[in-house]
Amino acid sequence: MQQRSFSGVSQSPRSPSKQPPYLAVSVTDPAKMGNGVQAYISYKVITKTNLPEYQGLEKIVIRRYSDFVWLRDRLFEKYKGIFIPPLPEKSTVGTNKALSCAEKFRFTAEFIEMRRQALDIFVNRIASHHELQQSEDLRIFLQADEQTMERARSQETGIFKKKPADLMQIFKDVQSRVSDVVLGKEKPVEESNPDYEKLKRYVFELEDHLAEAQKHAYRLVKRHRELGQSLSDFGRAVKLLGACEGEALGKAFSELGTKSEMLSVKLQKEAQHLLMNFEEPLKDYVRAVHSVKGTIAERAAAFRQHCDLAETIKLKEIDLNKLRLTRSERTVDAEHEYEELKADGEEARRRFEMIVRLMNEEMVRFQEEKTLDVGLAFHEFAKGQSRLANAIADAWRSLLPKLEACSSS
Amino acid sequence: MMGSENQEAHPHASREEMQSLILDDTSSSTSQSFSSYRSAMTTLSESHHPLSVPIATSPAESDPLLSPPPPQHRHLQSPKSTSNPNMQPPLYFADVGEVNGIESPSPSQSLEKSSPFSRSSSSSSSSSTEYIKIAVSNPQKEVQSSNKIVPGGNTYVTYLITTKTNLPDFGASEFSVRRRFKDVVTLSDRLVEAYRGFLIPPRPDKNVVESQVMQKQEFVEQRRVALEKYLRRLADHPVIRKSDELRVFLQVQGRLPLAASADVASRVIDGAVKLPRQLFGDAPSTIGPQDAVQPAKGGRDLLRMFKELKQYVANDWGGSRPPVDEEDKEFLEKKERLRDLEQQLSNASQQAESLVKAQQDMGETMGELGLTFLKLTKFENEEAVLNAQRIRAADMKNVATAAVKASRYYRGLNAQTVSHLDTLHEYMGLMLSVHTAFSDRASALLTVQTLLSELSSLNSRAEKLETSSSKRFGGDKSRFRKVEELQEAIRVTEDAKNCAAREYERIKENNRIEIERLDAERKADFLNMLKGFVTNQVFYSEKIGSEWAKVAEATSGYVKE
Repeated sequence: MQQRSFSGVSQSPRSPSKQPPYLAVSVTDPAKMGNGVQAYISYKVITKTNLPEYQGLEKIVIRRYSDFVWLRDRLFEKYKGIFIPPLPEKSTVGTNKALSCAEKFRFTAEFIEMRRQALDIFVNRIASHHELQQSEDLRIFLQADEQTMERARSQETGIFKKKPADLMQIFKDVQSRVSDVVLGKEKPVEESNPDYEKLKRYVFELEDHLAEAQKHAYRLVKRHRELGQSLSDFGRAVKLLGACEGEALGKAFSELGTKSEMLSVKLQKEAQHLLMNFEEPLKDYVRAVHSVKGTIAERAAAFRQHCDLAETIKLKEIDLNKLRLTRSERTVDAEHEYEELKADGEEARRRFEMIVRLMNEEMVRFQEEKTLDVGLAFHEFAKGQSRLANAIADAWRSLLPKLEACSSS
Repeated sequence: MMGSENQEAHPHASREEMQSLILDDTSSSTSQSFSSYRSAMTTLSESHHPLSVPIATSPAESDPLLSPPPPQHRHLQSPKSTSNPNMQPPLYFADVGEVNGIESPSPSQSLEKSSPFSRSSSSSSSSSTEYIKIAVSNPQKEVQSSNKIVPGGNTYVTYLITTKTNLPDFGASEFSVRRRFKDVVTLSDRLVEAYRGFLIPPRPDKNVVESQVMQKQEFVEQRRVALEKYLRRLADHPVIRKSDELRVFLQVQGRLPLAASADVASRVIDGAVKLPRQLFGDAPSTIGPQDAVQPAKGGRDLLRMFKELKQYVANDWGGSRPPVDEEDKEFLEKKERLRDLEQQLSNASQQAESLVKAQQDMGETMGELGLTFLKLTKFENEEAVLNAQRIRAADMKNVATAAVKASRYYRGLNAQTVSHLDTLHEYMGLMLSVHTAFSDRASALLTVQTLLSELSSLNSRAEKLETSSSKRFGGDKSRFRKVEELQEAIRVTEDAKNCAAREYERIKENNRIEIERLDAERKADFLNMLKGFVTNQVFYSEKIGSEWAKVAEATSGYVKE
């Protein structure tokens, strides 16, 4: 497999885009399609590229969420060992239990935008991954017309597609295996690589930490909204009080109330900014760790298969030798089977070792990517908070001379 | 003016400093005695939060007036802090590297928050050197020696009340007494009776239920703070500070010599006993002048109450104009205005509470976020295999530190906000006093009206009797006697009416003066509240902003062009 790296959608913030090969994708223009129960959101996926495998310099297709899911599932199947970029959750239910019904409704427009952003990031990560970007499934996704896409989507049934329930079971197995190893229980058919054990532990613990951080980040968004609301109510009440008092004092109250209401708006804005640029990236990080866990499960499965086959081959060899000794007529067949098994075994071993190799590379890429993503999220967080605090200080400061004037009069 | 002391007063303050502090009308009482606010304050100062900063306290128990425990100590330990608000901020952040310098809350502003509403005017120079400083401390359990009803003792708490003053009436400059809460209730009741028409500060709640629910110590401390605040307010009131009742309460050792208003049961019994005699004419049924200057109270004056009730009904529904009307239009307008004010105050007070809660929540969540990131940082550093992890851990630590600092600033901001917006709550409480003062006036008026009606009916009876006399023989002696009796009753009632009228006028005047004072002081207090609130917001927002700006700067490299 040729390694092609191009910097159209690059990982490092500093490398400029070069003329040679590029592949730039964007997900835009969410639109509601259909009615009632069958309504869904469609997105425009715009591809700009000069790669020969792609038709033309620019292509626009319409895709819906389940198309993205198809792409992800295919990549997960084909590129074992690689951490496939995560998708945003299917629906709002279960993602944030803190949401009330009213809020769920209120977030519809916000939800759509968040999802669009997440899907855009998803496709871009695939397009900039040196392995994944060469996938044919990606090409189909980016170029096929809607009917072809629909056909491809509906063909994905049963054997190839891992249902979420299966994945969960695999996670549980891996988790129990990890804890067993941690507890010192010996279980057969498990890698005994200490570095790998450490890595698995790291991944699981990381997820817990991140989930907690994301929970607090979401709460912080809510706090901003609540503070905004109470500032608005307070401002209104203060203005009414000012109307009672009249004269200079009344005016002072009135101005205070107005500032309060103005700051309320700023707080709501900041809440939104926080949601999109800080909480969402943290959620994305959690999803990415899930993806890593998926790969860990795949590796375990591959290892098990490899071991099982090795076992089977050993047994078969014993059988075969027995047969050879007894000069049975089944010997020839048995030898065929043995050879086939050995080939399978070799294949399984190779698959497993590739996963191991890829995972090691992926871990490095993953950590670097996350440092950049999280770094940016931190920057946005800090910038937003600083901006908000300064706006608050400025607004209140502007009142001081007026208040001074009141008291001297 | 200078009724209350400044708790920030340094033990070594020079005399001039002391005086200037006093003259500037310092008050440190920010504790609040309305239960609706209690929860906000209690959760606010729950100091088991991992982020709360332990601050060293100075041992100062000897003289509660000169060197009380420093305010920040109270802040963390008691649900109701009584610290000088604007001086608070820097002391909170001892280990965040803040210096004890007050930048934006300027000293003049910070010293101006006085206990609302009861500052005496600072215009007269003679009163400018008068002061009463009161401190309540040292709660102790005592056992009451058995009384008739409950065998064995029952325990109650007494408080040490220390006064420093230079008012001549007291005859001494420094003294202490021990009083229990019941004594305070007595004092309050006596003042309300004696100073009709005045705006008397509302006394702390009795809180029978809460005292059983709350931890004893917490409750006692809350009560101590509330008592101190109440007594200071009394001492700030220009008229009440000179009252006998207060003097006796503060000074006389041993049992409080103020007669408690008799309990309702015995009064009702008393009145019910008198009533039949009054109805059958055996006992004097007229209201004497000495009674006319008191409102009809409970049981003793059942007959009088019936009469006044009859008058009241006649006023409202009778259609006939009462002899004396509340014709003071200005008063009615003021009353309306104050009713409006009360409503808006209540509303604003509620919203202020919500604001405080929202700020508190913000601070808490920010702190939790910071702690979570700190844990993550530690984790990444421990598990780091790649450099990317260490870089990320370093970034995270920056953010975590800023978040924790911001959280502390929010707590500081909120503590100050609470004490400033407390003014709203205090004036809301004062509305109760306004109601009382107005109802004093109304009942005095009712007494006058009743007496006038009585007078007119007596007069018409006398007239009838006199005109009918010329037609009868032999009944002269008894008629003559009856006429004389009537004349006597008329004279007495006339006197009573005059007294009542004078009392009414007096109360009207008290009302007027007090309302004026209320308006003036309220304006000043509200203005201070606004200034304090705004200054506070500016101060903390700047601090928070600069912390985050640092982090934004440090992470600016991650921005994609």
